[in-house]
Amino acid sequence: MSGGVGTLAAGPGRPGFGASRAGGVVRRSFGFYLPAVLVFVGALVLFEVVLDALNVKSFLIPKPSAILAALRDNWSSGRFALQPAAINTLQEALMGLVIGTVAGVAVALATARWTTARGILLPLAVAANAVPIIAFAPLLNNWFGLLNPLSKALMAAVLVFFPVMANVTRGLVQVEPGSLELMRSYAASEWTILRKVRIPNALPYFFTALKVVTTFSLIGAIVAEYFGGSNTSLGRRIVESASAFKFDVTWGAILLGAATGIVFYLVVVLVERLVIPWAAALRGET
Amino acid sequence: MTASSPAPVVRIAGVDKTFGRGDRVVTKALEAIDLDIARGEFVSLIGPSGCGKSTLLRIVGDLTSPSTGTVQVNGKSAEQARRDRDYGMVFQAPVLFDWRTVEDNVKLPLEILGYDAARRTARAREMLELVELGDFLKHHPFQLSGGMQQRVAIARALAFEPAILLMDEPFGALDEMTRERMNGEVLRIWEQTGTTILFVTHSIPEAVFLSTRVVVMSARPGRITKIVNVDLPRPRTDDTREERRYFELVTEVREALRAGGGDLDDSGTIDGMDAASMERTIAEGAVG
Repeated sequence: MSGGVGTLAAGPGRPGFGASRAGGVVRRSFGFYLPAVLVFVGALVLFEVVLDALNVKSFLIPKPSAILAALRDNWSSGRFALQPAAINTLQEALMGLVIGTVAGVAVALATARWTTARGILLPLAVAANAVPIIAFAPLLNNWFGLLNPLSKALMAAVLVFFPVMANVTRGLVQVEPGSLELMRSYAASEWTILRKVRIPNALPYFFTALKVVTTFSLIGAIVAEYFGGSNTSLGRRIVESASAFKFDVTWGAILLGAATGIVFYLVVVLVERLVIPWAAALRGET
Repeated sequence: MTASSPAPVVRIAGVDKTFGRGDRVVTKALEAIDLDIARGEFVSLIGPSGCGKSTLLRIVGDLTSPSTGTVQVNGKSAEQARRDRDYGMVFQAPVLFDWRTVEDNVKLPLEILGYDAARRTARAREMLELVELGDFLKHHPFQLSGGMQQRVAIARALAFEPAILLMDEPFGALDEMTRERMNGEVLRIWEQTGTTILFVTHSIPEAVFLSTRVVVMSARPGRITKIVNVDLPRPRTDDTREERRYFELVTEVREALRAGGGDLDDSGTIDGMDAASMERTIAEGAVG
């Protein structure tokens, strides 16, 4: 490199993040999560030993090995087939995630663009968020049909909507005043400012929200199922296996839901790393 | 205007600026400012904190408007000049976008001005070579030091060849060594590009070293108390800072400042706020 450039905070050997492709992200994520996975497996083994030693009744807490066996035995067939149930629930959750996210981003864009809209919509949204929304599940079932996946998806969507809307609005509005003055000096239009400043500024906020609401969407779908719906769903499987005292199956269904949530979350993390690689570098995570 | 005196790039006439709420005047920032800046000049505004020097620069750049008086840039109103993209602005903070690489930050104004892709790339690289950051095209701002970030901001401001460069304490946040080196850089760039520069600073040596003229302002309300012509030979180098004439001029500016009342401090702020945030605060109704 040419000498005498002055203070070299970063050498030219580490330019940008061109190397951050999917493979690298997966490998790094694997390294990052490996200790947690090991602790989790260790805890399962400990549980197994302790439950066995204390002779805990299986209807209180079934042993991990019994849960895994129940998962295997009820995977794709039988009265409590879990795999098709998980797929249905995941579909509902995904549908809700998409609907809630699209609506949340749309309202956020409107509130960021029109101050009047912000004045009207934000207090309403805050008020709406204070309502225990999950209480509406029976109503949604009533409105859209007990067996209609849409009634579950909408429950998920309502839960997803607020965090997405609130976070993206913050990202769009909380722009450094200096950035706006710079754009003003270029005589940039509001539309240009939105595209070149507000939206890029909001992307990290958006992904932060997305990481939270993936879980919300599963909660929404499963809880809505508790109040009735297709039997091929995790929520119904949990309710029915529990009332049949098949608690190993219940735990199996919960475990499956948890695993789905974790995969969901990891997908968002991966997409975030690909879309805004600089954000992770800024946080010092690479 | 006669043929013998070419039209000034900037003509400030009878500018007052008061900050207030409704009819109530909270602060009188500027009073009766008249100043012409000719093409290719390097003019520094210097004064005690709260003298309104940043406000004056912001009025020239149409980031705020004068309460009375007019500003003309190339014979146009300041607003029209801004719409014509006559201004390159460099603030105390570099105001770079972390999501853009160094190169893409410099390209930002070129995108807004509608340059085609090839011309954007060529121009951005040329400017980054000029500020000696050609090896850092693909870095992101947060990977650079403060001095390097400010050089990116300068490259960005120069990229679209604005008629005038407005620099608002661009090196105020840098340490003395970096600052002196950046002064040398700015002079070199100014000599290479022949651009007109209006420069706000609270450093007397910086003002004298850089300028063709130093405009000395008094404490609030800001008035022009003296204009010091800097007749140091060019090119100015590190040796310039050790010449007798340099010290004489520094002394002249310092005495003019003292006569105008108020001392320089290190912050260059109004009650700890810069002009921009003070305006915002007043606009939001938190003051007064």
